[in-house]
Amino acid sequence: MVSHSTLSMFNRILIFLFLIQSFVFAQDIPQKPNPPKFVNDLVGGLLSQGEINQLEQKLKAYYDSTSTQVAIIIVKSVQPYDISEYAIKLGREWGIGQKDKNNGVVFLWAPGDRKIFIATGYGVEGGLTDAYSKRIIETVVKPNFKQLRYYQGLDEGTNSIFKYLSGEFDAEPTEEGDLGDVIFAIIFFIIIGLIILYVIGKMSGGSKGGGNRGGGFVPYTTYTGWGSSSGGWSSSGGSSGGGGFDFGGGSFGGGGAGGDY
Amino acid sequence: MNKSTLIIVGILLIFGMYGCSSYNGLVGKDQEVNGKWANVQTQYQRRSDLIPNLVNTVKGAADFEKSTLTAVIQARAGATAVNIKADELTPENIQKFQAAQDQLSGTLSRLLVSVEKYPDLKANQNFLELQSQLEGTENRIAVARNDFNTSVQSYNSSALAFPMVIFAKMFGFAQKGFFQASDAAQAAPSIKF
Repeated sequence: MVSHSTLSMFNRILIFLFLIQSFVFAQDIPQKPNPPKFVNDLVGGLLSQGEINQLEQKLKAYYDSTSTQVAIIIVKSVQPYDISEYAIKLGREWGIGQKDKNNGVVFLWAPGDRKIFIATGYGVEGGLTDAYSKRIIETVVKPNFKQLRYYQGLDEGTNSIFKYLSGEFDAEPTEEGDLGDVIFAIIFFIIIGLIILYVIGKMSGGSKGGGNRGGGFVPYTTYTGWGSSSGGWSSSGGSSGGGGFDFGGGSFGGGGAGGDY
Repeated sequence: MNKSTLIIVGILLIFGMYGCSSYNGLVGKDQEVNGKWANVQTQYQRRSDLIPNLVNTVKGAADFEKSTLTAVIQARAGATAVNIKADELTPENIQKFQAAQDQLSGTLSRLLVSVEKYPDLKANQNFLELQSQLEGTENRIAVARNDFNTSVQSYNSSALAFPMVIFAKMFGFAQKGFFQASDAAQAAPSIKF
């Protein structure tokens, strides 16, 4: 009996510690930017606005063609965490990568600690192994960073990531999803149209007294049909078109490598 | 008389329904813990699979000190011998498992430190990649352990709370064990009051 109560006490303490930990965690990991961006310079002054835009465009284009989300995040310091732990938490918290493919990559740079880390989502680990991540850090990013060529380091580093991941994820799935939506919308319209025709046919074939009422009824149903499907159109347009995208909820399991420069 | 039996039946029904829903909730959490445990074992297995390669690379590259290598090999054998099934996740078993794996972690880090004395090994591409794979695996182990602990915490806190504990005992849902932070991790000042 006594041991049981002390045990539950122990548990309570553990839960309390967990809560505190999650509180600290919530403070330290930066919030997901709104709207989401691929290049997140939370320090400022290390890259020019033009360089940031260039990287952003490149990563956006890569995302559009492969559905893989590579995010560059620059934070002042990852203290008191280990940089790998910080990168994984960040990737999980923001949900970088698609949910069903977990194809996200976090390229984390902490200038205050002079550390860089590439964290790979579950789905990316096969193509971009830890050894390759290490190689990119050591042979591409570090030499540039040591000479203060930060943009080149990030640019060439992400290019190397693309190289190792080439062929892993082919664009199609998101396109296919859009196509599926379009087909669904068309079928939806046809069915609604058939129902309306049927209703109109019934109305005109039936009593003439009810015609006036039916006239008021039919446009109403078409109206709701339009409303719901137009919502579907605009959202699919947003995901394939220009600015809007969102991190898809991908998860991270600890893959990747890093180093000091 | 009739009324009171009705009340008793009603209470039993409510109790039974509560029991069913809490049972189902526990089953879900139990399965979650099992899944996370499988992942923990996978990641430890992954590390274990890397070691023969590492040992061979180190052995081939230089006249490496034998004692460090044999310590790693022995610890690996000890760690793979401790195998815990998902339905035996008692605190004692978890502790045993962790002790064996931490033993291996210790010898491995000693191996990696002593490598510093061999410059040609440090320049060996094969060794460097093995080292980065090992580091990545350690990170994966940390993540898997963390996820496991979170799921166990959720399971335990519902299985040991008051009304549920009756049903948990009835259906044989025992308390499950945590991974404890290692001594090194506890030394890091992560929580300040």
